Amino acid sequence: MNNDVTQTAGKPAADTPETMTGARVYRPLTDIMETDEGVTLMLEVPGVAADDVDVTLEKRVLTIRCKVHYTRPDKLQLAYAEYGEGDYERAFTLSDDFDPDKIEAAMANGVLTLTLPRAAEAQPRKIAVKGA
Amino acid sequence: MFYPTSSRRSDPFAHMRSMLLDFDRATPARPALSVFPAVNVWQGEEAVAVTAEIAGVDPADIDISVKDAVLTVAGERKVPEASEGARWHRNERSFGKFSRTVRLPFAASNNKVEARMTHSVLRIVVGRPEEDKPRKIEIKAA
Repeated sequence: MNNDVTQTAGKPAADTPETMTGARVYRPLTDIMETDEGVTLMLEVPGVAADDVDVTLEKRVLTIRCKVHYTRPDKLQLAYAEYGEGDYERAFTLSDDFDPDKIEAAMANGVLTLTLPRAAEAQPRKIAVKGA
Repeated sequence: MFYPTSSRRSDPFAHMRSMLLDFDRATPARPALSVFPAVNVWQGEEAVAVTAEIAGVDPADIDISVKDAVLTVAGERKVPEASEGARWHRNERSFGKFSRTVRLPFAASNNKVEARMTHSVLRIVVGRPEEDKPRKIEIKAA
């Protein structure tokens, strides 16, 4: 199976090996936007606190792992379910011109935003053409 | 659904898992999730709870209303602001107005509805009114 899913309505299960506890792992829906300054990733991770996000960049692979807080109302039984809960995991291979120390992560309303500024030497420089 | 056996030969379970995954995707056992937000409904003696994952929406922009036994959650997922000249590589999230209606097993009274948002998971608890609860009938001695 390829990992490249472009259009999905619900959050899909991650195509990873099984977990030890049998809990499901989901692949967060992601938007990736590129500007001249760098790349911005926006991942939907509902149920995750800002402290439970783990972002690593190793050998050009950006890995995002999030631990979910399960919503279990007290004294109530699940009667009908449309979505499942579980941790999130997703990895992206980057082009190598990003500075790992400058990656910024912010969590707002269940959306994790990662900002990867392009390394200074990789920023496109405009070269003026002089008239003769 | 094409299974190249050569890449999976080392692990037959990987092949099985990917087949199961394909079945998950192909069968309409899960409802078509064009409806947003997906809801889970929890039931108990004293209350009913509706939970929904609503990522990317400010809690202040979510409208929750209850009329008799009908609960409605509405709002809008706004498109993130993009600076000029931005190129989109992936666009998996969806945006726009949404409205979801859930029928409750009983008519709710206004003061017994409580909504809370934790880590963008909305939880609405609707208390069961006293008149809806089963009445216990005492047996009188003859």
